[in-house]
Amino acid sequence: MTPRPGGGGAASGRVDLAGLGFTDGADLLVRRALAGLPPGGRLHVSGRHPELRVHLGAWCRGAGHRLEDPEPDPGGSGAPPSDAAVAVVVKGRRDDDRWFGAVRAGSAHGVVDRPPGSWGLAARGALIEAGGPEVHFDVNEREVVWADAVARMYAHAASRQWDPATAVDWSSAAGLDPEIETAVVQLMTYLVENEQAALIVPARFLGRIHPHFREVVQLLSVQVADEARHMEVFNRRALLHRDRLGTSSAGGRASLLTLVEETDFSMASFLLSVLGEGSFVDLLAFLHTYAPDPVTRRIAWLAMQDERRHVAFGVAHLQRQAEQDPALLGRLRGAIERRHDALADTAGLNDDVFASLVVLAAGEWTPAAIAAGGERVRRLQHAMDDGRRRRLVRLGFPLDEAAELSALHTRNFM
Amino acid sequence: MSVPDALLMGAVAYDPKVVTIWEGFRRRLNATGVPFDYLLYSTYERQVEDLVAERIHAAWNSPLAWIRAERLAAAAGRTVTAELMRDTDRDLTSVVLVRADSPARTPADLAGATVAVGAVDSPQATLIPLAHLAEAGVEVKVRRFDVGVGLHGDHIGGERDAARALAAGEADAACVIDANQLLFTREGTLPPGSVRVLAQTERYDHCNMTVVDTAPRSLVDPFIAALRAMSYADAAVRPLLDLEGLTSWEPGRTDRYAALARAVDRFGFYGADGTVTAAEYRP
Repeated sequence: MTPRPGGGGAASGRVDLAGLGFTDGADLLVRRALAGLPPGGRLHVSGRHPELRVHLGAWCRGAGHRLEDPEPDPGGSGAPPSDAAVAVVVKGRRDDDRWFGAVRAGSAHGVVDRPPGSWGLAARGALIEAGGPEVHFDVNEREVVWADAVARMYAHAASRQWDPATAVDWSSAAGLDPEIETAVVQLMTYLVENEQAALIVPARFLGRIHPHFREVVQLLSVQVADEARHMEVFNRRALLHRDRLGTSSAGGRASLLTLVEETDFSMASFLLSVLGEGSFVDLLAFLHTYAPDPVTRRIAWLAMQDERRHVAFGVAHLQRQAEQDPALLGRLRGAIERRHDALADTAGLNDDVFASLVVLAAGEWTPAAIAAGGERVRRLQHAMDDGRRRRLVRLGFPLDEAAELSALHTRNFM
Repeated sequence: MSVPDALLMGAVAYDPKVVTIWEGFRRRLNATGVPFDYLLYSTYERQVEDLVAERIHAAWNSPLAWIRAERLAAAAGRTVTAELMRDTDRDLTSVVLVRADSPARTPADLAGATVAVGAVDSPQATLIPLAHLAEAGVEVKVRRFDVGVGLHGDHIGGERDAARALAAGEADAACVIDANQLLFTREGTLPPGSVRVLAQTERYDHCNMTVVDTAPRSLVDPFIAALRAMSYADAAVRPLLDLEGLTSWEPGRTDRYAALARAVDRFGFYGADGTVTAAEYRP
């Protein structure tokens, strides 16, 4: 197409469709040629397709353009040249009018503080046609969801995905002492239950976070996928040598329900990632150390790597939020206290789980070994407490308050 | 009329979207101080009769309904006017399609052949193209696909079935509106390259907003002016314009209904006084 000013002042252009018809994509070439013309501009269309004139007329009508017969050849030489226009398309206003009032959904290179609902599902930075549905994403403040390193965190998480079928040598688990195997099955049962809760919490927020904060949504999606894999490998390990799982305590489930029921994004992220998954990193490190077989050791290690990322994002975005909102720490404290009160009358950690941890750390059924195992579990609990206090201090809590709050965390670990 | 202070327009509910469209326009018009309401009809025949009987002020009419409205009004000593139409109602054509490998090269080659058409009352897929062939002296066997009879071809089903019959070899030719050849190819009803255009009718106009002469201009004029003022650049009305298939409301014109009027007379569809005389028409 060669745009050029026309004799009457209107811009004009020319497009030759050769043998291409409108059932084979001629409209793409015509559209492209018209894009360079203003409304009222004239596009001379030539081509050899036998139905070009018929279809061009029909297409123009639907696309808001007008079709005119071509002007006679000013040379008056008689026979039309081989590239003579079949018709002239006079460009209408439809395409320009559709984009009147269109705005960009922010910039592709940064996020705004509070994206409007009218941006809806548009890609960040896209040119969005005016009108269309308002979508209500109630988690829509940068201050609440964003972390400066979130894009890097997502890229890292995406690069560290592993395949349960190949990342673990499932044939390597030799037969264990039956009572040790029972302890492993019990711990796996507990882990599956906790990972289910850890999957549901971010999944529930995914549909509430404004998609403008794309990297946050992506990161949480990977987090959900992480938990899905954890559920798979822990369940598979539980059933590797047995045909049924261990026990699930009412207190454990009550503790997890308080996580799932938290509707505030910051509070849920705090309770789940900063406190719960943070404690789980220590638990998985413990299992990695005292695992009685290579499969258990391997899956504990794989899950631990994933959980570390979840903790890192929770700490990063809440740390940023706390810097900008001094009232946040008070609300976080309230969340811990409310959860503690809600769980005050429950049993906390399943006794079967606690006993299984001791057995695993003991390795054998002698009084001395059991005593050592018990001591190792107490050290684990101390390590969990230390970790929680460190992370609370990073969020801005004073040391003494961090210690007090860490002590209120659920005895169920997650 | 029980609500004399609003312009009352009839529209035919050929598709559920008709409610969305006219309810949207009603809200828009009333919000801008133009009193407007609508009645939905199941066929054009009752709508036109109600228009001439002054039960409604205006009717969003098919071209065939316009022809009948003119005749009924004249018989009753009244007149009707075509006040406006969509930009997309102007200068349509219908085409007679044959399969790409058909021996037919001219309309005359279809003499005695089976031609698939739309519903009995479709201007674009039956009346106008069949009259086009008849005016060329070509006598054909007609295979009709009566889908949505009474909707004057607004229901695309009959036209699509005609195209399917052509593709399946059950007919030698099929009549469709020009744009529908492209549509049927895009949607897969017609395999690409499987058909070609044997004949094209003269240009004709399609729907118009018909107003009866007894309708008060104090209601008609603001209504027409408000529709004409609707801009495709207005995001609030653009979805309605898209649904109704237009970019702009244009002034009505009546000089391009001649081909249809000839077809109506040739096939005895309506009498000169607007009586329904088509033998096989049961709306």
